[in-house]
Amino acid sequence: MNKDRQQGRIVVQFIPLLSSLRKRGLAGWVILAGAAIVTIIAIMTVASPWISPYDPIAINVGPLLSPPSSQFPLGTNHLGQDMLSRVYSGGAIMFQVAVLSVIVCLAIGVPIGLFASYTGGYTDKVASLVMDSIYAFPGLVLAIAIAAMLGPGVVNMALSIAVVYVPSYFRIIRSQVLTIKELPYVEAAHMMGAKGRATLFSYILPNVIPSIVAVATINFADAILTAAALTFVGLGLPVSTPDWGWDLTYGRRLLTSGAWWVITFPGAMVVLLALGFTLMGEGLSELFNPRLQR
Amino acid sequence: MSLRSYIIARILLTIPMIMLLLTFVFLVARVLPGDPAMLHFEKQVDPQTLLKFKQQLGLDKPIEVQYVDYLMGLLKGDFGKSMQDFSPVSQQIFSAFPATLELAICATIIMILVGVVLGVQASRSYNSLSDHSIRVFGTTSYAVPVFFLGEVMIMIFAIYLRILPAGDRIYAGMTPTGLVLGDLQLKTGLFVIDSILEGSPEKLAMSLRYLFLPSLTLGTALCGIFIRLTRGNMLETLQLDFVTAARARGLKERTVVYSYGLRNAFLPILTMMGLQLAALLAGAVLTETTFSWPGLGRYLVDRITFRDYTAIQGVVVFFGLVVAMVSLVVDIIYAYLDPRIRF
Amino acid sequence: MALLDIESLIVEYHTLKANVKAVDRVSLSMEKGRTLGLVGESGSGKSTLGLSTVRLVPPPGKITGGHIALDGIDVVNCPENEIRQVRGKRVGYIFQDPMTSLNPVKRIGAHFVEMIRTHEPEVNEQDALKRAKQVLERLGILPERIYDFPHQFSGGMRQRVMIGLALALDPDLLIADEPTTSLDVIVEAQIIELLKELKESLKLTLILITHNIGIVAETADRVAVMYAGRIAELGGTEGLFEKPMHPYTQALMKSVPDITKKGQVLSWIPGAPPDLAEPPPGCLYHPRCPFAFDRCRKDEPFLLRHNDSEVACHLYDKR
Repeated sequence: MNKDRQQGRIVVQFIPLLSSLRKRGLAGWVILAGAAIVTIIAIMTVASPWISPYDPIAINVGPLLSPPSSQFPLGTNHLGQDMLSRVYSGGAIMFQVAVLSVIVCLAIGVPIGLFASYTGGYTDKVASLVMDSIYAFPGLVLAIAIAAMLGPGVVNMALSIAVVYVPSYFRIIRSQVLTIKELPYVEAAHMMGAKGRATLFSYILPNVIPSIVAVATINFADAILTAAALTFVGLGLPVSTPDWGWDLTYGRRLLTSGAWWVITFPGAMVVLLALGFTLMGEGLSELFNPRLQR
Repeated sequence: MSLRSYIIARILLTIPMIMLLLTFVFLVARVLPGDPAMLHFEKQVDPQTLLKFKQQLGLDKPIEVQYVDYLMGLLKGDFGKSMQDFSPVSQQIFSAFPATLELAICATIIMILVGVVLGVQASRSYNSLSDHSIRVFGTTSYAVPVFFLGEVMIMIFAIYLRILPAGDRIYAGMTPTGLVLGDLQLKTGLFVIDSILEGSPEKLAMSLRYLFLPSLTLGTALCGIFIRLTRGNMLETLQLDFVTAARARGLKERTVVYSYGLRNAFLPILTMMGLQLAALLAGAVLTETTFSWPGLGRYLVDRITFRDYTAIQGVVVFFGLVVAMVSLVVDIIYAYLDPRIRF
Repeated sequence: MALLDIESLIVEYHTLKANVKAVDRVSLSMEKGRTLGLVGESGSGKSTLGLSTVRLVPPPGKITGGHIALDGIDVVNCPENEIRQVRGKRVGYIFQDPMTSLNPVKRIGAHFVEMIRTHEPEVNEQDALKRAKQVLERLGILPERIYDFPHQFSGGMRQRVMIGLALALDPDLLIADEPTTSLDVIVEAQIIELLKELKESLKLTLILITHNIGIVAETADRVAVMYAGRIAELGGTEGLFEKPMHPYTQALMKSVPDITKKGQVLSWIPGAPPDLAEPPPGCLYHPRCPFAFDRCRKDEPFLLRHNDSEVACHLYDKR
């Protein structure tokens, strides 16, 4: 099919979505703002091979540890790497880890949540107990423990993060399912002879999806922050990959020599990205569970 | 339900949770990596040395036996032996714990203070610029990684302004000794308290100087949710009848907001404090690393650098137990304070 | 000179969806010593009107037009401190639900002490408590009870406490917003008697806000009937009850059952109060009015003198 027509179609579908968000008032704006931030950063990351002035991992492209200048707008670090290029491309790892951990969370948390809360009884009690135990535990400590045992790497990081956040999905799904399960129209469906699994998929799941989306967005934000934290404690990736987390970690040692630019720009990027997802997540939650207005 | 039955039910609930927790940590630490001993040695090591190493740590026994040993050991307060020098991990844990405790307490104070004051301020000026700025601040503080905030603090206060130290807990040799009466020494490990007990204002001032930045960092990073909670509760409470009635009696606005509004909105804030404990500990790990604060968090991170998996296991278990115990105590206190929670 | 003078007051609630005029160009004045009954359904704006006299309209409501002069003070524009001093000292306010109007964690005595010492800081705690005890005694409550908490009182007693708080500083004006709505009929009668007695002995100026026209008949010498934020009829109690002029007032009178008449069928007013976000054109009451004619659907009626009262109805507008 003609590429232009395809793109056109996507844009056309996008516009009603935008206008419906605008109608939702403040929550809609918040979501839009968050989505805009995330999209811009994503585009920047994807485009980094073309827009980076230097190779982000090449060392000695400039003087060591020089402050921002016209040649190196964000300065260079102690290895002579260009910070601007590193900022452009450092988000790739963050996105990968975040997306992967959210996928794992969805793949594990959603089925368990649906099944356990729908079945009820013993299964539900046991699952809740396990999930509550994990949930109560300091997330980062658990992620550290798992990541330490698994070793470095994108997949391992993602898995450590995923384990910590599965309970969040479980809880939200469970509370939704328990509410919906009791609603009259589900009972009515049963009385008309719908079987268990059918009700689950056609009645309950569609109503649970909005909450899942909201949780997933906030999960993205948490994943990014946790990934940065894991890198900070030394459980990150091999040094060669450009990574904001790594810059934040190593840059700390450079502070005493007054080199503020090594941590500031990657740090700001992490904050922005996490903020973007947080805004989206909060906006979505507000949209689906509006707080009582005056 | 009476208080006693609630306490019993709650304790009964905690036991399986702790068991689950311990088992989970065991699985992660012993089973997941395959052979933690081999993982410890980066380069190849001959089977003889490896075997002796494992024997020292009890890692050569079959997994079920290891599990039982692990549980039994915990009952006795044994958190395992370090892979580095085979010293008991519990010793390290208990010597590092007070530092983390002091940090946690101070951070909590700041977290509540900043969160509540800002939340009240936001609720009083509903929909104004300050309300929105405070809300933005709250949301953003959630998105800022604790260690980045710490680094920024260090940059500003320690490096540019040079008014506060950049790390560590105290100047060497200035450690408060607590109350010393002849042979008896009363020490809590919390430097602020110990320096008061010792009666040394210089040590007190110094302890506070070192304590300030880390607690400010951790407290500010976590205050976001308190801002939101306080603001929401206050907005609701300030709409209630007795607040209007109080205003109708001509009481000063400040009295109305604090004595009528906040007094009645405070309990959920207390509840949230309990829930934030896990986040506090997680944040402490990062804060301690950033500020070289010699607490449990930094110990954990050090152990990671040394690939000391048995010690990591011990610390993680300790964290879990602390959270479980404190949650239990906190829940019981709330049930005592508010009878409605028991139902 | 009138104690309270309200002129063309407009109070609006700004919501995201619309602007609602809870009080629309209402004018009233109160002479010292008189009693006004302010009658209307829920949502008629009577409570909002009461609250605006002491500038306590809750946000998102705001006074957006008109003047209120309270014994010379410009209530709408004066500084916050000035109006705060008026509240409690010059104007006493009684609220509908005494349970939710008293601070549940404060003892009754503390309520009094706090208020007295805010307005008269030179009074010490002992004296303030003494005055509180005197007030309670006057209202028929044992003075020892100042150490009790609100939830330890019954509904009627709590309302007496509220009355006591409202009168403790000897105000000139007393506003009672549905003081008996949350009480049972017997207690209601007691409270109304109490109010009447206090009114006489303390020479109070009283505004009694209620939807119960029965108690208005007993206590007020003038009645204002409010509908959808506007005054429909305003006149002396006797005249209004004997010959109500506005169709709404007539319907209200008819809807009160009369046990002396046999075989009476309960009457009610068909329809519902208008949605103030999208008010009907012309007279706000015309959709429910049995006498509505063309002009009612187009022109808004204004208060006009008719005999000894004022009515806002085209039926009485001979132009």
